[in-house]
Amino acid sequence: MSKRILMQGNEACVRGALKAGMRFFAGYPITPSTEIAEGCAVELPKVGGKFVQMEDEIASMAAVIGASVTGVKAMTATSGPGFSLKQENIGYASMAEIPCVIVDVQRSGPSTGLPTSSSQGDVMQSRWGTHGDHPIIVLSPSSVSETYYLAIRAFNLAEKYMTPVIFLMDEMIGHLRETVEIDDNVEIICRKQPDAPEGKFEAYKGEENLVPVLPVFGSGHYYNITGLTHNTWGFPTNNRAVANELNSRLLNKIENNRRDIEAWDEYLTDDAEILIIAYGGSARVGEDAVDMLRRKGIKAGMYRPITIWPMAEDRLRELSQRIKKILVIEHNNGQYLHEVERVAADDAEIEFIGRINGAFILPEEVTEKAEAM
Amino acid sequence: MERMEIRLAGTGGQGVILASIILAEAAVNAGRYACQTQSYGPEARGGACKAEAIISDSKISYPEVSDPGFVLVLTQKAAEKYVRNLKDDAIVIVDSRVEIPAEAENHKVYHLPILDTAEYKVGKAVTANIVAVGVINRILGICSFEELAETVRNRIPKGTEEFNLKALKAGNEMDLGG
Repeated sequence: MSKRILMQGNEACVRGALKAGMRFFAGYPITPSTEIAEGCAVELPKVGGKFVQMEDEIASMAAVIGASVTGVKAMTATSGPGFSLKQENIGYASMAEIPCVIVDVQRSGPSTGLPTSSSQGDVMQSRWGTHGDHPIIVLSPSSVSETYYLAIRAFNLAEKYMTPVIFLMDEMIGHLRETVEIDDNVEIICRKQPDAPEGKFEAYKGEENLVPVLPVFGSGHYYNITGLTHNTWGFPTNNRAVANELNSRLLNKIENNRRDIEAWDEYLTDDAEILIIAYGGSARVGEDAVDMLRRKGIKAGMYRPITIWPMAEDRLRELSQRIKKILVIEHNNGQYLHEVERVAADDAEIEFIGRINGAFILPEEVTEKAEAM
Repeated sequence: MERMEIRLAGTGGQGVILASIILAEAAVNAGRYACQTQSYGPEARGGACKAEAIISDSKISYPEVSDPGFVLVLTQKAAEKYVRNLKDDAIVIVDSRVEIPAEAENHKVYHLPILDTAEYKVGKAVTANIVAVGVINRILGICSFEELAETVRNRIPKGTEEFNLKALKAGNEMDLGG
C-alpha cells in the first residue's frame, strides 16, 4: 500500500493502464482527455513502450488495433468529437475480437460543444456508437482512486474476453484532483495463447466460455483477421448459418459471462425507501444527496452502476421491487434513464434530474426532488 | 477541519491553478482529505480563471465548491465575477491593486499587497501565486510552514526554489493588519 497522495483522474487512468501492462498508446489530444496522452508520452518510453501521436482519431484507433494484434496491450484516449471518429474501428475491434481500451473523457456536446465542461452525454454512444449488433463492455469510474483500479480492470476484461472496452470517464472525474491510496497488489490478466504446435490455427472457434484464442502475430500460428463476417478460421463467408453462429457467439460471449463482468456499488440501500441511481461524476452528487437526506431523517440510498454495460440489472430489479421510489441523476438529458425504466418501471415510480449546460447538478436539487417524491 | 471550500481567482497565467493544487496537496500530506478543481474557457491564456480546493478531515463526496468559506481574488474582473455565494463567515482576500467588491461587504476582508510583494519584495511578479499560498495557509492553518514549503518544492520547476521559497516566506510573514 502506497501512501496517501493527491492525484488527478486522468493521471490515475495512465497509472492504472501502465500497471495493467499497457505498452502502446496512439491518440490525438483533445480536452479534457489531453493529460492522458501527455502522461503516456512521458511514461511509456520509460518502460519500453511506444507513444504515437497520430494524424487523427480514426488513425489512432487503427494503430491501437494493429498494436494489439501483435500482443501488446494498447489504449487510446479522447473526448466526444474524437469518440465519434473512432466508432468505425471500434466496431472492427469488436468483430475481429481485438482487445483494446478506449478512454472517453466526456465533455459537453453535441459537436465541439463546451470543450472544458463536463457531461455524461456519450453514454448511449458508448453502447451503440458503432453499427451492427455488437457486444461491448463499458466501465465508468466515479472517483480518482476508482479510475486507477477500473483502468486496470478495463484491460483485464479486454484481454479475458477479447473485446474492446470503453472506459467512460467524464471531465468532472478526469480533471479532479483528490486524495488517493493506491495498492500495487492487483490482479493482471493477459490474453490466452494456444498451446497447439505452430501452423494453421482455428482462432475463432471460441472456447467453452465462447472467447476465442487469437495467437499474437508472429507467433507461428496462422489465421485471418477481418471485419467481414468470417468462419472459425477467420476467412470471409456469406454462409447464413456461419454468420448466425458468429454473431450469436459475439453477443453471448458477453451475455453468458455477465455475472463475471457486472460490477456495481450500493450506498445505504439496506433500509432505503428512496433509491438514487447515478454513475461516474453524477454519483458524487448522489452520494452527497444521500447523506443530506439521511441527516433530515429520510431513508435514502444509492445504486451506482460501475459496468454501465452490461448493466447489473438483476440486482437493480431486486432493489426496485423493494424500494418503490427511484430518482435517476445524470449529466445529460436522460440516457441511462431509459435503461433504468426498462428494468424497474413496472415496480417503482421513477423520476429524473438531468443537466445539459455543462454545469453540475447540486446535491440540494436532488434532496429537494427526493423530498417531493 | 470541517469542509472548507476555497476559491482562488485571477487571470490565466497568474498561477491560481497551481496555487490551489499546492494547498490541496499540502492538506493531503498533512493527513487531511482534499479535492481540487478548476474552470477555464477554451482560450489558451488570458481570460478569467478560477481554481478551487476543498479541504476536510473527512472523506469528500461532492467535489465542487458551491458556497466558499474562503476566496482570494487577484484581478478586478475576478473580484466582480467570483466573489459570490459566500458562506456567512467567509474570509475574502482582495489584492491591494483591486477594489473591494460590494459582495464582500459584511464578510472578513483582507486587502493585501500580494501582487506588489511578488513584484517588488521578491522581485518576480510570477511568484504572486506562491505569496498567496503563504498568506492563505497562515490564515487557514492547513499545515505547518515546513510542510507547506516541502509541498511547494515538489510542485515548482527545478531551479526556481530560491525565489519561490522567498515568496512563500513573504506571504507567510505578511502583515495582515488589524
